[in-house]
Amino acid sequence: MKQKKILEVYQNNLVKISVRREWCKSCGICIEFCPKDVLVPDDQGKPIPKNIDACIKCGLCELRCPDFAITVEGVEGKDE
Amino acid sequence: MKTVIDSYIREEMFPHIWCPGCGNGIVLGAIIRAIDDLKWDKDKIVAVSGIGCSSRITGYVDFCTMNTIHGRALPFATGIKMANPDLKVIVVMGDGDCSAIGGNHFIHAARRNIDLTAIIINNMIYGMTGGQYSPLTPTGKFGSTAPYGNIDQSFDLVELATAAGASYVARGTVYNPRQSASLIKKALDKKGFSVVEIISDCPVSYGKMNKMKSPVDMLKWIKDIAVSKKVWEGLSPDEKKEKYAVGEFLNKDRPDYTARYKEIIKKAQEMGGNK
Ligand SMILES: Cc1ncc(C[n+]2csc(CCOP(=O)(O)OP(=O)(O)O)c2C)c(N)n1
Ligand code: SF4
Ligand code: SF4
Ligand code: SF4
Ligand SMILES: [Mg+2]
Repeated sequence: MKQKKILEVYQNNLVKISVRREWCKSCGICIEFCPKDVLVPDDQGKPIPKNIDACIKCGLCELRCPDFAITVEGVEGKDE
Repeated sequence: MKTVIDSYIREEMFPHIWCPGCGNGIVLGAIIRAIDDLKWDKDKIVAVSGIGCSSRITGYVDFCTMNTIHGRALPFATGIKMANPDLKVIVVMGDGDCSAIGGNHFIHAARRNIDLTAIIINNMIYGMTGGQYSPLTPTGKFGSTAPYGNIDQSFDLVELATAAGASYVARGTVYNPRQSASLIKKALDKKGFSVVEIISDCPVSYGKMNKMKSPVDMLKWIKDIAVSKKVWEGLSPDEKKEKYAVGEFLNKDRPDYTARYKEIIKKAQEMGGNK
């Protein structure tokens, strides 16, 4: 059965962080190893980019997520 | 929004079956990003695996795939490559799959220098079957079959592959997925038998038995045990026992098996089949 893609999107005018909640298994890896403490866990242990303004778009949360549940993009027109 | 990953996976199979924080998913991501960098045609890629949690990778990628039997991914892959040398053949194995039951196939695939890329997800344990120690479990670490600590010495896959005749040998970790993806990319692009070992985490079997309760604990440990080749060279023999050198260890050119096979066929035909 094909799952509907439910994305929770957070953005400021530089960066857009999307969390695919039904794929996230709350492992905590993205939260712990973010170099700028951008992410905090919600009550289910899934990441919320509370400090999105500190994000340096290093992409490490996305690369280390074992479940392809978090992605980081530059915002169009504002990115390099 | 479609990500790089979305273009290469069988989305209907997700979320995948692996436990929270399991390194298999991180390695899968690194493999996909490496292939995306190479811009290879998905239909010219064959991914082959054996049995184990890691071997389930072939169910998730939208290439031609084959999930075979425990320890025998390399023989199946060899057959595929010999039948159609134009295909890009990737073999994903667990540490048990590759170095225990499949150890013999591994050394001979290297000796023949068959043009395949072997990616070994080394979580240092039999994850799928409940944490039995493997030939890559470090001495002193615990497994369900080593409740007082493993007394064996483990293989060093890098040394093993190098001695057996591989063309490309590298090691990365799930803590450093960017480096792992770039090592995998070089291995994929290499003619001949290429090997990339990725040190990975199995929080459920290995972690639980070795005082690392969470995926985060396991990744911190992997960060700590992995050192660059340069740092590695400066370590004492005792210090080396606790660490793994990461990076590229071998990159050499030697005629691969399919090329030599083609030559011998030509020679036989020229002689009209009479020797
Ligand atoms: C011929 C055969 N022997 C034993 C097994 C049982 N078995 C399944 S997976 C596995 C080992 C898995 O360990 P590894 O290859 O390291 O993969 P992981 O699950 O850790 O990714 C074993 C022994 C089997 N399936 N087939
Ligand atoms: S891209 Fe880097 S800085 Fe931004 S949230 Fe992810 S890990 Fe943190
Ligand atoms: S790394 Fe991925 S699966 Fe783990 S908590 Fe973060 S988004 Fe969820
Ligand atoms: S048992 Fe270990 S290797 Fe298997 S899916 Fe779970 S964490 Fe991964
Ligand atoms: Mg294993």
